[in-house]
Amino acid sequence: MTPASTPPWRRERRAHFPGVPAWGLATSRQAPERFDVSPLAEVSKEWAWGGADGAGVRVCVVDTGVDAGHPGIGGLERSYQVVSVDGGELSVAECEPADPAGHGTACAGVIRSIAPAAALTSLRVLTDGKTGTGDALMTGLGWAIDAGFDLVNLSLSTTRSDFRGSLQDLADRAYFRRCLLVAAAHNMPVVSFPWTFSSVVSVASHDEADPMTYYYNPAPPAEFHARGVKVPVAWPGGRQIRSTGNSFAAPHITGICALILSKHPWLTPFQLKTVLYLAADNTVTPNTVTPNTVTPDNVTHSTVTHNGEAHVP
Amino acid sequence: MSPDDIDGTERRLLQSIVEVARHMFGAAASSIFLVDPDTGDLVFEAVSGEGEEQLVGSRFPAGTGIAGWVAASGQPMVADDVSAVTMFAQDAAESTGYVPRTIMAAPLIRFEQCAGVLEVLDRTASRSELDDMDLLGLFATQAGCALELMLRVRRSHGQEPDRDPQALLRRIGERLQGRAVPPDAAAVRLLALADDLLAL
Repeated sequence: MTPASTPPWRRERRAHFPGVPAWGLATSRQAPERFDVSPLAEVSKEWAWGGADGAGVRVCVVDTGVDAGHPGIGGLERSYQVVSVDGGELSVAECEPADPAGHGTACAGVIRSIAPAAALTSLRVLTDGKTGTGDALMTGLGWAIDAGFDLVNLSLSTTRSDFRGSLQDLADRAYFRRCLLVAAAHNMPVVSFPWTFSSVVSVASHDEADPMTYYYNPAPPAEFHARGVKVPVAWPGGRQIRSTGNSFAAPHITGICALILSKHPWLTPFQLKTVLYLAADNTVTPNTVTPNTVTPDNVTHSTVTHNGEAHVP
Repeated sequence: MSPDDIDGTERRLLQSIVEVARHMFGAAASSIFLVDPDTGDLVFEAVSGEGEEQLVGSRFPAGTGIAGWVAASGQPMVADDVSAVTMFAQDAAESTGYVPRTIMAAPLIRFEQCAGVLEVLDRTASRSELDDMDLLGLFATQAGCALELMLRVRRSHGQEPDRDPQALLRRIGERLQGRAVPPDAAAVRLLALADDLLAL
């Protein structure tokens, strides 16, 4: 029996044979369920996350593990890894909060720097180094979605097309369970997943230094540009280096999403993406003419969208 | 060089990739690691510049260093100020005798999988890190295509039918002896057909 405090998207689902019982609701005799809407007001950065610190939001970093002892991490809720059990079947088990590679620690540190009160969990799906990592990713991601995280950071992608279908199913399941996947765009001319799916938030890099500046990309699949150049990131041994790559842009958006969700906990994934869009630095609402932040004089933003205004040369 | 010397061509291809990568960025060194399919280790396969003489053939355990990051995540990246990091510097100095300030790395993707990593150490300062990474990514994609073609050629050579019927018969005999399960029924029918044809 599901407790009454469980939000609707986490309830146990009835077993549905296709169409039986029907998905429909007889609203003439049964009132639609009340839903505690988080209403969208004038969306600005201040409305979206002013005063928020990420408290109450659970984030899973699906990566190479996270070094919980690094001063830039400040502890983890839990640490898990994908393990191979008897017969080669993969499952998820608790593990030491360590990161042999450093990539997951770097990503977790970026999230922590933006959302200091968010609860971070690490799930290691990489580092055995062998090429068959796609299976570990599928097992781990499926687990994370069912484990009820609000946000999953995926600074990785797979180029294997045989995973496309099942990965898309997972992304859709996450979307409907109100678990938002934030995925790094691949910056090479190859086809990879899941960042190309519309049910996730995909992130590429801009080259400015402000961690809270991000742009909406009017020509997706990469939907947002966040800080991804010379990012100070946590490095094994308690140190810090500067790294460049979309791997470090994605956790900026994950951190910002954690702030937004901690202030507006009833936002659905499609609302959250809308808030991200409306609070981006290059979008404007019909009521305001200027973008959310002032554009430096020496930078031309061809992507600024002036809603309702025609551009006539 | 014989036209069948695929190994020789592959070696020259790998060396050419690192030479071009190094010169494209005016870098101190460039190297290729390939992922050992059995252990997951990263093995130095070609080096241009610092460490050129001694590095080829040495290995690193899976998931270590910047190359490990890139092989694991499949994403290209740039790391700056790495020499300021004691741990990294020690590892690098011990294994290569050279401590870089900056490392840039991109995955080499072959048959939809990361087959290795292309690294560029201490490139000349440039206008834009993003442009550098894009260029390295494009070049790594081209290199990955070349490596994939190489493997396709090698496979098709391996599949060429044996022209010596005695050797072929011997190999079939060995295959049949070593099997725990009965051979495929279609294969047996084909053998019977070959027997009929040879009897003509």
